[in-house]
Amino acid sequence: MATLIFTPQLARFTAAPQIDTDALTLRAGLETAFSANPRLRAYLLDEQGCLRPNVAIFIDGRTVRDHVRLDAPLTAHSKVHVLQALSGG
Amino acid sequence: MTERAWIASRKGLFELLQQNGRWSLGPIAFLGEPVSMVLADPRDGAVYAALNLGHFGVKLHRKDAGAAQWTEIVAPAYPLKPENSADPVDWTVKFIWSLACGGADEPGVIWAGTLPGGLFRSADRGASWTLVHSLWDAPERSEWFGGGYDVPGIHSICVDPRDSRHVLVGISCGGAWVTHDGGNSWTLSAKGMRASYLPPERGDDQNVQDPHRIVGARDTPDQLWCQHHNGIWRSANFGVDWQEVSPAPLSNFGFAVAVHPADGNTAWFAPALADQTRIPVDAALTVTRTTDGGRTFTALRAGLPQQHCYDLVYRHGLAVADDGRTLLMASTTGGVWLSENSGDSWRTIASSMPPVYAVCFG
Repeated sequence: MATLIFTPQLARFTAAPQIDTDALTLRAGLETAFSANPRLRAYLLDEQGCLRPNVAIFIDGRTVRDHVRLDAPLTAHSKVHVLQALSGG
Repeated sequence: MTERAWIASRKGLFELLQQNGRWSLGPIAFLGEPVSMVLADPRDGAVYAALNLGHFGVKLHRKDAGAAQWTEIVAPAYPLKPENSADPVDWTVKFIWSLACGGADEPGVIWAGTLPGGLFRSADRGASWTLVHSLWDAPERSEWFGGGYDVPGIHSICVDPRDSRHVLVGISCGGAWVTHDGGNSWTLSAKGMRASYLPPERGDDQNVQDPHRIVGARDTPDQLWCQHHNGIWRSANFGVDWQEVSPAPLSNFGFAVAVHPADGNTAWFAPALADQTRIPVDAALTVTRTTDGGRTFTALRAGLPQQHCYDLVYRHGLAVADDGRTLLMASTTGGVWLSENSGDSWRTIASSMPPVYAVCFG
């Protein structure tokens, strides 16, 4: 199971606990989190389904550059960190 | 009796309360977060606050009358952009730049104007929103351009109190547009405005005007006032045509305008120097007031800083209360002033607030 870990700053606005997923792509993994808290979607994605410009995602320490497809593969041991990009501060 | 006002700022929403005859800052909501717009709905006592979170996007909250807490509601959002769309504009809400109540006969209706230029309508107090496609799909939108921001935006929404289906919106930069059928169809309504920032042959083009702010008079609703990028205009027929007030006092340039709710001949402005400097004229903060429809103006300075003042008052930084005498003004460098005598004199509420985007009473 991949694990998604969200910046604690999100908790100021909406629930975003760590979550395990058997999803095989980043987008599917995010959908797992959104199904647990639908409000979370609009905090991370814009209405066109793209990652918000000032949200940063790392998969096993590597920056996700694609903010549109979000189809980066996840493995059973992936650690996904969803963080604030410093650009947005 | 006016008892409460709101200050939407770069670092939160501040409540201003009148207690025992004295105004003072009260509770703070969303401390640390940018609050781009605030709306107090007199129909049901609810207050709406639009947030523009740096990382997590545009959000909308509502506080119902008597409630202790704010509740996050749905924020306006564009539909999925068609894959074959040739529109170069990014269909994502960048900023809620205006909020307005629908008419008294349509409780729960709220309008929202946004960057990059979409108008949204909610019929259920923000539980859901619909993009007003008829305006968004207007071919003329391709000619709109940013004024103050990189993309165009709707900053003014005037609902005719006699007919809720009659609505005028102001766009920087896209002129003024009016609907007579509740938003099903729109026509340009900036005839008479003139853009000095474009080549002369384009100056009268209604679709390129930059009306910084448009407000209407509650009891004389045909009367609208506009602080334009390069002058002050007024309309006596809800925007069918506009007449320039010339010369505008102190400076043609400014952002804010407030109009007396019961007297459409009385309006207040906060002039500034254009274009690059954008500071008060002579670094002395001044409000100008006309009581005769723009024939004459009075410069009001008592209580306002008159030396080394660089406060700029944005579009929504000046408001008048229902009594027509109480005024609130706030600046991008955190100055807040209140007048209880139509602007004749002002009292400093605060001088080191965060940058203020909008103020309102209610």
